[in-house]
Amino acid sequence: MASTHRITLTVNGTSYTRDVPPRRLLSEFIREDLGLTGTHVGCEHGVCGTCTIEVEGATARACLMFAVQADGTSITTVEGLACGDGLHPIQEAFHQEHGLQCGFCTPGMLLSVKEFLSETRNPTADEVRHAIAGNLCRCTGYQSIVKAVLKADELWER
Amino acid sequence: MRSVSFEYARPATVDEAVALLAEHGDDAKILAGGQSLVPLLNFRMAQPSHVVDIAALTSLAYIRPTAEGLEIGALTSQRAVELSTDVERRCPLLHEAIAHVGHRQTRNRGTIGGSLVHADPAAELPAVSLALGAELRVRGPDGERVIAASDFFKGYLATAMGANELLLSVQLPSWPQGTGHCFVEFCRRQGDFAIVGAAALVSLAADGTVANVGLALNGVAGRPFDGTPVVSAALLGKVPGDAVIAQAAASIEAAVEPDSDVHAPADYRRHLAKVMTARALAGAAGRARSGEGGL
Repeated sequence: MASTHRITLTVNGTSYTRDVPPRRLLSEFIREDLGLTGTHVGCEHGVCGTCTIEVEGATARACLMFAVQADGTSITTVEGLACGDGLHPIQEAFHQEHGLQCGFCTPGMLLSVKEFLSETRNPTADEVRHAIAGNLCRCTGYQSIVKAVLKADELWER
Repeated sequence: MRSVSFEYARPATVDEAVALLAEHGDDAKILAGGQSLVPLLNFRMAQPSHVVDIAALTSLAYIRPTAEGLEIGALTSQRAVELSTDVERRCPLLHEAIAHVGHRQTRNRGTIGGSLVHADPAAELPAVSLALGAELRVRGPDGERVIAASDFFKGYLATAMGANELLLSVQLPSWPQGTGHCFVEFCRRQGDFAIVGAAALVSLAADGTVANVGLALNGVAGRPFDGTPVVSAALLGKVPGDAVIAQAAASIEAAVEPDSDVHAPADYRRHLAKVMTARALAGAAGRARSGEGGL
């Protein structure tokens, strides 16, 4: 049995120290060790995008990192998107434009869109489609998601 | 899905990393960005007893203009390559191709070295390195050696590197003034591995004839396909018009021997090899003529 490693990292502003076996995926660590089940797990090989989180301010697939690699980093998950009980403007836009149906892909979509919109103003629908190309939705269809992203661009003062 | 258990080490220096590889050999895997290795681990296609995380070897993350062209450290993220103006100016073929590598979320963590040593035959960067005539600098217990891209890719996920060697950097030669570049690929969805892709460089002489050509394809064999020797006869010394390019593309169609798989039958891949070759060569020749995107 492989040894465990002690890691300390910040998730949504809270510092955590835990002992993890090296093979513990960051996605498992976030969901099961920290109880933050907003980060979803789909394909577990980096294709579907629902486990997308922010590591040191840049999006990453939580299923393609081991928790031990995240030692010392600062992470944002979907739970850290909004301040307090309100919705983040991106979440509000997804709500208004019905940018979700079952909601499984939503946490990853929101984090990818946050990175995209933080770098882009007044995007075209085509740019939005490219920005969410790494996040698969299997129920709503992308039309309402694209509308939601365009709405989020209006709502989010940044 | 879960990897087998493994011991984890995070060496602080290249020497330490190489020593760990020397100690564990085939039982060790190098972890950099993890965007190719972690899926292999999750599927248990790789079952190492030791994983050597080289994330702390930040001396291997750099993009450095050189007299010959550009040197990129193995640990440089694909995203850093994508954003680099040095890459855009000095190696526009790589700049064009890198946006096709995975998605933004994987390029943030994936490294240029990882993509090269993973040697997926459908991947873009191995084909680009082959078309450019890149050289890969590796370090083992006996010191450094340099491997030409044409000798580096041996087969499906297999390279000329020993299990005790670490990739340090890739050296990308600049092509002369009057060179045009083009990378194209065909895939079902953006960000997927290509079914077939082509990377081309065309250098024109003052009289408009082809002075030099570089061509490589991804997705048509167990390793990136070196198309340069195949098309040289059809192109060198000729004005690269439609008929000349069509002849070169036909020679690629005849030369490749793709396998059928779940994504595409062999005949279709062979057809795409012709079409992608023609588009890449025409794109590169056009840029060489106009001086746009040339070197």
